[in-house]
Amino acid sequence: MNGRAWTAAGIGLLALFAFPLYWALASSLTPEALLFEAPSLLPRQVTSEHYRALFADRAFLVPVRNSLVVAGLTTLVAVPVAALAAYALARLHLRGKTPLMALVLAVSMFPQISIVPPLYLILRELRLLDTYPGLVLPYLTFSTPLAIWLLTGFFRQLPRDLEDAAMLDGTSRLRALRDIVLPMAAPGLASTAILTFLFCWNEFLFALSFALGPDRYTVPVAIALFRGRYVVPWGEVLAATVVATVPVALVVLAFQRRIVSGLTAGAMKG
Amino acid sequence: MTVSALQRAEARLARRMLAPALGVITLVALVPIAATMWEALHQHDLRLPWLGRPFVGLANFTEAFGDPRFGEAVLHVVLFALISVPLELALGLALALLMHRVGCGRDPVRVLALLPWAVPTVVAALVWRFMFDAQAGVVNLVAGAGGYDWFVDPLVAWIPILVADVWKTTPFVAILLFAGLQAIDPALEDAARIDGAGPWCRLVTITWPLLKPALLVAAAFRALDALRLFDLPYVLTAGGPGTATEPLSLYAYTALMQRLRFGYGSALSVLVFVLAFGVALLFVRALSRSIAGEQA
Repeated sequence: MNGRAWTAAGIGLLALFAFPLYWALASSLTPEALLFEAPSLLPRQVTSEHYRALFADRAFLVPVRNSLVVAGLTTLVAVPVAALAAYALARLHLRGKTPLMALVLAVSMFPQISIVPPLYLILRELRLLDTYPGLVLPYLTFSTPLAIWLLTGFFRQLPRDLEDAAMLDGTSRLRALRDIVLPMAAPGLASTAILTFLFCWNEFLFALSFALGPDRYTVPVAIALFRGRYVVPWGEVLAATVVATVPVALVVLAFQRRIVSGLTAGAMKG
Repeated sequence: MTVSALQRAEARLARRMLAPALGVITLVALVPIAATMWEALHQHDLRLPWLGRPFVGLANFTEAFGDPRFGEAVLHVVLFALISVPLELALGLALALLMHRVGCGRDPVRVLALLPWAVPTVVAALVWRFMFDAQAGVVNLVAGAGGYDWFVDPLVAWIPILVADVWKTTPFVAILLFAGLQAIDPALEDAARIDGAGPWCRLVTITWPLLKPALLVAAAFRALDALRLFDLPYVLTAGGPGTATEPLSLYAYTALMQRLRFGYGSALSVLVFVLAFGVALLFVRALSRSIAGEQA
């Protein structure tokens, strides 16, 4: 095959992968009546009715706010805690680092269901079911190891010379970390925070188990439990999927390069 | 200060920096997993609180092994992993080779590849449920199968789940493998080409062995995800028709959150954990052998 055929094949495949999201967007702008008759690639008639109904009748801003708060708080807790640990794992001499890294990776791969029962009982005991902390705490189980794993990869890629030089000049390790390493690691910290936020934004099983009512539903739970009285209200459901995808799409657009380097730095260290 | 004193000070600092993270992991992951195992040894029904929480030894596990619904749920995730993972690896590899070939890493391509991976699984499930819908679905329109209901046959109902999973995760596999491809020294390929090796021969003798660790890592991530499958069937089929598409995690969730049988549900959750752990160990062994083979 020549170069043009390869490119065409690539574009075709990518179009295939892009189609479902485009279709959801196009359908969410199509009047309900037209959804079931002769769908067309470009909507013949455009309406914002589904979005109006979503926010006005279904109060979809509530789950959006819940998701933002929970994902934001989790990221704010997990990333600084993970940054300290990751620096130690990447730079400092300590016996037993390899088993520690293995433990971190193992915890990040835990099947979530395997810790749902005690978390439910503990959160119930502490009266934290159906609260924001009741979701942030479970979310730390996967976000902390994930952030440690990603940041260790980033710290290892940073050049050592600057901090070594500073420490020879008498700067303490912690000051070198604050004044030299952290500014250099800012891109890595940013992409770790973004990925952590994304994982929290998308999480489903914990939110389904520990948020008991519509007031605390996160976006995925609200969408999954979206039901009409007799039929699926597809227009509104698709509008909701678009709303859930918008922040994700913005993040991907803005930080695609960093996301890829984060993913590969984390995964390839294994 | 002597060298060893410096090293001791550094180790002390390292321990202090690790302490918060290890505290969090212990508190929210290690203690709970131990608690699940302990809970699994009790009879604990939240609907019948007056029965208390008597210790019953391994009774919950005996019940699970005699429970046909448990056996089927295990079979479902194992078969799902065996079918979806090779499919995603093959497609992901094809996509990665294509991206590599086209001189990719170009921004629009990366964005398109990242989007399915980044959207919530629940969103992917709903979008595909719409596309597989009997009346409004674009799949029936393209296939010319007007009105066909994909969700009533116990085997056919797996197809939308499989398609949604392949759609969502193949780009992730492709990105991992693409990074692996980029790490291969192009001089090796050039040397082989000069020696007269054709494209297929180069793929088998150079790309494949050097890419194998990356493939194993991607396979491990995918297999562990497949074994804890939950979101897609929950939204797409609710495990139905009947329990024909019910994965292990969903059965455990139902036992816990719908029937409120915490002892039995915990036993099922422990078994999900054991299954995932066993598979993870297999991959770790395969990976260390492949890395050792490379160095030999």
